[in-house]
Amino acid sequence: MSEAADYAVKMHHVTKTFGKVVANKDVNLELKNGEILALLGENGSGKTTLMNMLSGIYFPDHGEIYVKGKEVTIRSPKDSFALGIGMIHQHFKLVDVLTAAENIVLGLKGKATVNRKEVNRQVALLAEKYGFEMDPAKKIYNMSVSEKQTVEILKVLYKGADILILDEPTAVLTPQETDRLFAVLRNMKKDGKSIIIITHKLNEVMAISDRVAILRKGEYIGSVITAETNQAQLTEMMVGRPISLEIERPAVERGEKRLQVIDLTCLNGDGVKALDNVSFDAYGGEILGVAGIAGSGQKELCEIIAGLYPSIGGSVLYSGSHDGVPVKERILGLKPDEIVKKGISMAFVPEDRLGMGLVAGMDMTDNVMLRSYKSSKGIFVDRKTPRELAEKLINDLEIVTPGVDTPVGRLSGGNVQKVLLGREIACEPSVLIVAYPVRGLDINSSYRIYDLLNEQKKKGVAVIFIGEDLDVLMQLSDRIMVMCGGKVSGIVDPREVTKEEIGLMMIHTGDEMKNEEVTA
Amino acid sequence: MLNTLSGLFTAAVLAGTPLLLGALGEILTEKSGNLNLGVEGMMFMGAITGLAGSYYYEQAVIQAGGTPNGPASALVALFTSFIAGSLGALIYGFLTITLRANQNVTGLTLTIFGTGFGNFFGEYIGQQAGGYVAVSDVTKGVFSKMNIPVLSDIPVIGSLLFRYNWLVYFAVVVAIIMAWFFNRSRVGLNLRAVGENPATADAAGINITLYKYLATVIGGGICGIGGMYMSMVTTSGVWVHDCVSGYGWLAVALVIFATWSPARAMAVALVFGGLTIMRMYINIPGLPAQIYDMLPYVATIIVLVVTSMRESKEHAQPKSCGLNYFREER
Repeated sequence: MSEAADYAVKMHHVTKTFGKVVANKDVNLELKNGEILALLGENGSGKTTLMNMLSGIYFPDHGEIYVKGKEVTIRSPKDSFALGIGMIHQHFKLVDVLTAAENIVLGLKGKATVNRKEVNRQVALLAEKYGFEMDPAKKIYNMSVSEKQTVEILKVLYKGADILILDEPTAVLTPQETDRLFAVLRNMKKDGKSIIIITHKLNEVMAISDRVAILRKGEYIGSVITAETNQAQLTEMMVGRPISLEIERPAVERGEKRLQVIDLTCLNGDGVKALDNVSFDAYGGEILGVAGIAGSGQKELCEIIAGLYPSIGGSVLYSGSHDGVPVKERILGLKPDEIVKKGISMAFVPEDRLGMGLVAGMDMTDNVMLRSYKSSKGIFVDRKTPRELAEKLINDLEIVTPGVDTPVGRLSGGNVQKVLLGREIACEPSVLIVAYPVRGLDINSSYRIYDLLNEQKKKGVAVIFIGEDLDVLMQLSDRIMVMCGGKVSGIVDPREVTKEEIGLMMIHTGDEMKNEEVTA
Repeated sequence: MLNTLSGLFTAAVLAGTPLLLGALGEILTEKSGNLNLGVEGMMFMGAITGLAGSYYYEQAVIQAGGTPNGPASALVALFTSFIAGSLGALIYGFLTITLRANQNVTGLTLTIFGTGFGNFFGEYIGQQAGGYVAVSDVTKGVFSKMNIPVLSDIPVIGSLLFRYNWLVYFAVVVAIIMAWFFNRSRVGLNLRAVGENPATADAAGINITLYKYLATVIGGGICGIGGMYMSMVTTSGVWVHDCVSGYGWLAVALVIFATWSPARAMAVALVFGGLTIMRMYINIPGLPAQIYDMLPYVATIIVLVVTSMRESKEHAQPKSCGLNYFREER
């Protein structure tokens, strides 16, 4: 076997630009046969773009790609399949109204009609081979995230791919599901498949990969053997300078009870309980982390407290002070402007920053004004104060923008989040609810956001932090409330539990766990 | 009573057929993710070109000294109306698929264009022909009700089911083929994926542009045939100003009523057809005729309210309908 054939994929001096933005610059990447390569980099470092050129979604501007020793031109996803490359995208590419099996045979050549029975049988066989559990006739919209991912993986295996690319496969999984996925990946490796896994989670890189390739700002930095490296070295390669990975948890004396949530219950669009008797307290000077698989009721919880979503039962009590006068109010059922009128200072940073939080087409001044325009007297609005505040935010939070007159939609994700969080903090809230504040942000911006939250905590604000990364939640929060299917499965002290315990609570409510203990 | 009911049924089938054809064309179009609101326009284009096709065919044959052949004349009408509808849809397709123009605006523009196109050429050809344009009796005969041996003579059922013009059966066959196509065929499965989630279909190696163009153009052609029905059957081969008059819009509403299913479209077209001609069969004393004329539109509003309340994932509009697809969008 020649030397070239030892490599499943070789990318040589590959460059891709979008308009003026250089997504990949002169990148070299090699994937050996039968290895698991981790592709590591911050958000926006061009990992996904690079892989999309292998899967035929984008076409490189310059450079050559070799697959199994031969130079190839990949013009479309079809070319990519023909070479045995299969990519599992971060955002699942599945058609909701079709079954798992239908999704798997989508776009394949064959007889004019689709024999669904036969396809279902083949898919079930394949699933069994690699240790997946799934029903080929189940519709996608009835599936959990992890089931959908299984369908994605089966899709590429069914097509006979022997080079698999997984784009941040663990972002949506619980720790247990992640372990199961890694077990399957190891099975595939044994079966002779070559795998690239894109991620920015260092512990996963260490756990699964044989080798790590690092990208930074679209450029290839280098590759190292996983066994010969450590997290600190990888971080330095990824960020470009040494950076402390510790998240601070300043010790602050717990203040008074700001928010008391009692037996909160609500329904989702399908009439199923999205929240089921949720009760907890939030105290000043504390960060209360909320963990749970996406869709366990976090969104509904935030929106009910903020007055944006209807509930069918329970109560939310607020206690604080306004201009020195104590305020105690029952806020459930009040509209957002009624909450403000009652003198309650509460701020909400929603998950959907440019949909619910900010108006993408308006500039910073106008966005800041959205929060304050009602307080100006007379028929004209005061533009001066918000403008000053916007300029102050740019200085204080190091927001990168051409100026306060640039539409916020043109800023990068991290800067958008800084504008939103900065505006909310400027109102001096006594309760601050943040939902997934670092989603899509790179390491630097993320740490800036953690610092801002800690500052608020020191000021005596009750911070409720809805997060997805358990490592972050465990380092930052003073207490963690774990949710599962709309119920609270427990409120724990992150210093006293392990990640696995929280992971278990994310998929079982407290009652079920007790039952299991009894039977065990 | 029984006579009235069977009369109503027959009339409903006749009035529902152009609606069914329009709706089938639009279902095919929407399954590819294109919301073409130009159904009315494409039906107008089909109506005038179908009539003109037959008319000029007859004139040409007569000038050559022969006698026009009915079935040939009908085929010319079918062909020209299909081509006209497809050309209208091709304009729409070029603007929305290739140039990525807004689908709603483009569709509405096509309606205005098609309406003008139909009425202008209708009047123009009428003036050339000396007042009005009408096809000869030979062609009219082909488009009137058929007499199928044996079947048409069965008592009751014969007159209910087997005494229509050929376009009625044509529409039913198109509906059945389309139902099979969406539910059983591989290409149909791919097309549904294109309309639901083009990025997914693209990643699966399906040629989005080709699928969208073909579905839109063929769908437009079927709408055109629906328009031809209006000028050849409903107005008996005479050009009547504004003859399509809102049927295209009813067809769009019917697509929603039928929840994007060609099989259900047949039943729903019958109901809509019945509502449009009800005043001639069920007479409630004192009720003004305008109330009857309102019925299909009232039904449409009710249907829209009900379908938007019932949030079904499967019996719903294809998810990407109305959105243009651009692969490298970031």
